[in-house]
Amino acid sequence: MRVLVIEDDAETAAFLQKALRESGHAVDAAADGAAGLDLARAGDYAVLIVDRMLPYRDGLSLIEELRAGGIRTPVLILSALGHVDDRVKGLKSGGDDYLTKPFAYSELLARIEALARRAEPQEQATTYAVGDLLLDRLSHKVTRAGEPIALQPREFRLLEYLMKNAGQVVTRTMLLEHVWDYHFDPQTNVIDVHVSRLRGKIDKGYSTPLLHTVRGAGYMIRDGAG
Amino acid sequence: MNAPPLPSGALVAPESPKERAAGPPGPPHRGLAALAATSTFRFMAFYLLAFLVLGAMVVGYLFWQTNALVTRQIAETLAVEINSLREQYRLGGAALLASTIEARSAEGGSGLYLLVDGSGRRIAGNLAALPPELGAEDVGGFFTYSPPDTPTGRHVAVGVLVRVPGNHLLLVGRDAESQRAFAVTARRVAIAGIGAVALLGLLGGLLASRAILRRINAINETSRTIMAGDLSRRVPLTGSADELDRLSANLNLMLDRIEQLMAGLREVSDNIAHDLKTPLNRLRNRAEAALREAGGAEAYRSALERVIEEADGLIATFNALLSIARLEAGASGEGRTAVDLAEVARDAIELYEPLAEEAGIAIEASIADGVVVTGDRQLIGQAITNLIDNALKYGAGCEVAADGAVLSDGSEGRHGEGRETAPHHRLSRSAIEVRVTLRDGAGEVSVGDHGPGIPPEDRERVLKRFVRLEVSRSRPGSGLGLSLVAAVARLHGGAVRLEDNGPGLRAVLVLPAR
Repeated sequence: MRVLVIEDDAETAAFLQKALRESGHAVDAAADGAAGLDLARAGDYAVLIVDRMLPYRDGLSLIEELRAGGIRTPVLILSALGHVDDRVKGLKSGGDDYLTKPFAYSELLARIEALARRAEPQEQATTYAVGDLLLDRLSHKVTRAGEPIALQPREFRLLEYLMKNAGQVVTRTMLLEHVWDYHFDPQTNVIDVHVSRLRGKIDKGYSTPLLHTVRGAGYMIRDGAG
Repeated sequence: MNAPPLPSGALVAPESPKERAAGPPGPPHRGLAALAATSTFRFMAFYLLAFLVLGAMVVGYLFWQTNALVTRQIAETLAVEINSLREQYRLGGAALLASTIEARSAEGGSGLYLLVDGSGRRIAGNLAALPPELGAEDVGGFFTYSPPDTPTGRHVAVGVLVRVPGNHLLLVGRDAESQRAFAVTARRVAIAGIGAVALLGLLGGLLASRAILRRINAINETSRTIMAGDLSRRVPLTGSADELDRLSANLNLMLDRIEQLMAGLREVSDNIAHDLKTPLNRLRNRAEAALREAGGAEAYRSALERVIEEADGLIATFNALLSIARLEAGASGEGRTAVDLAEVARDAIELYEPLAEEAGIAIEASIADGVVVTGDRQLIGQAITNLIDNALKYGAGCEVAADGAVLSDGSEGRHGEGRETAPHHRLSRSAIEVRVTLRDGAGEVSVGDHGPGIPPEDRERVLKRFVRLEVSRSRPGSGLGLSLVAAVARLHGGAVRLEDNGPGLRAVLVLPAR
């Protein structure tokens, strides 16, 4: 997919361009707010990565300007300001996700892929399927190979989020934000235990595992054949 | 018969103003000018002026009224007298009138009479001649004359000139010298009184301004010293508990808070130096060691992974520090809503339950519903998860029977000679208790464990940043968990209490209920 990086720090911008290209994405870059706005208006991008503090035009006003112009491209805001208030402000201005510097590249990649995916129409699906695992969002029923699986409400939401982003990496922070609505990192990694419990329920006893751990990044649910 | 109209003007001719309102005493100098420039003085001067104007108006009105009354009384007396004299004329003609006048003139007193014929010749009376001031007939007026006993002095009198049959002119008057003298005295007293009030008022204003200015200057002096760098200075209090004292006390409280914040800032930088430098150094060492040792790609890889791990730890510590600093600076209060503590606590327990279960620790919840506080759900959630996290991390390792009693390991007990409890002796579970209660109008979330606990003398200290008791140094954690909880509590107007859980530690987050 095509990604536009609007970032004034040359080193960060170069790092992102290189890493995103290695991940198989086409990348354009702008070093200030004005140039970034022009590119974002002209090009057809799947995701914009916007630094909050930019020369000529700050990130938030750039996003507001884009949204006012009817451009709905998903935006990931990058910022050194990481307090809850800053987050809320960033999302209010029209950003879709917020990532605090310093960040892990795997986190950024997982987030922009989820953003691009979210913009696609399949969002509205009422059932998710990965391999022989089926999840019905309306009746809250989960089956694997036709066998019903009993899940706790939170386990259901965890699986739902993973399946919504099937085939893509989902980080622990993303899970905390979307499944638990916690915008902070607990001191201990509690997510792993929840995931391994879920894995015990959906993968145990089946020859093909569906829920995978992606080392140094997070988790991914995908058909074992893939 | 009506009283002949008399002028209602003052009995007294205008007099040159001998007394002037006293100006400010002494020549103006800088101190006096500074005093006069104070708001207190201006305020008092304004009131003084208003008071004086009002006073002068009241005195003037009194004068005017008294004057009118006296004049009317004289006019009435004169009218009665004229009537009786006309009666004499009717009874006995000009001769009787003249003799009556002579008789009355001889009585002394303040009565003044003069009867002249058509050619202006004096027939009877105690006045030498018609005063030129009284021109018209039947109209009363003031005139002056020289009384026979004091030929040099001129007296003021009031009189009426009437024509009597036989073309005679009759003047009947009253000496008004005593009234005039009274009026002059009264006016002098009034002017002196107003002058004295003005003088005293000005003096009082200056004194009051000086007293207040002196205290304001003390505050100014203190703030200048503080601005120059001495944050420990405080505004002196007089102990009178008046408004200036209350202001000073509040300023002092504000200064305490500022000093506290400054101390916090200093502490943060010291702590950053101590606790962030160590991991930074470790990170650098690892990178250096990896470069020096000529390892293969796999060795580099694992070294880099460890470097990233170390960096992540640093970032986490740094974020926690920033959060605490920001919380302590006092956030905007934006994003505050009604937060149900039961809900937040249940969420936090739910988040930690699998982890606890894996560690063989049960979480016992006793949660009262309907305990609602005003706050930031994220922050309160973070505080509660921190407490649970701490309890799981540091509270494990002590076995508790179902009835809550500490199990002894044989006869020695767990305190004896540091003997470890053998794993196969673990008869029952470890547990942490999470409670949500409403007590004294405050919502309380308590998390109790059965670990080693914290000695009472250390409890205050562990709420500070980076403080980790020696026993926990070797375990993971930045030492910021409890200080973050304390910062969240303070931000919400609450507090954190650390208590003995007999054995173990019970941390209580107290938040004012809605």
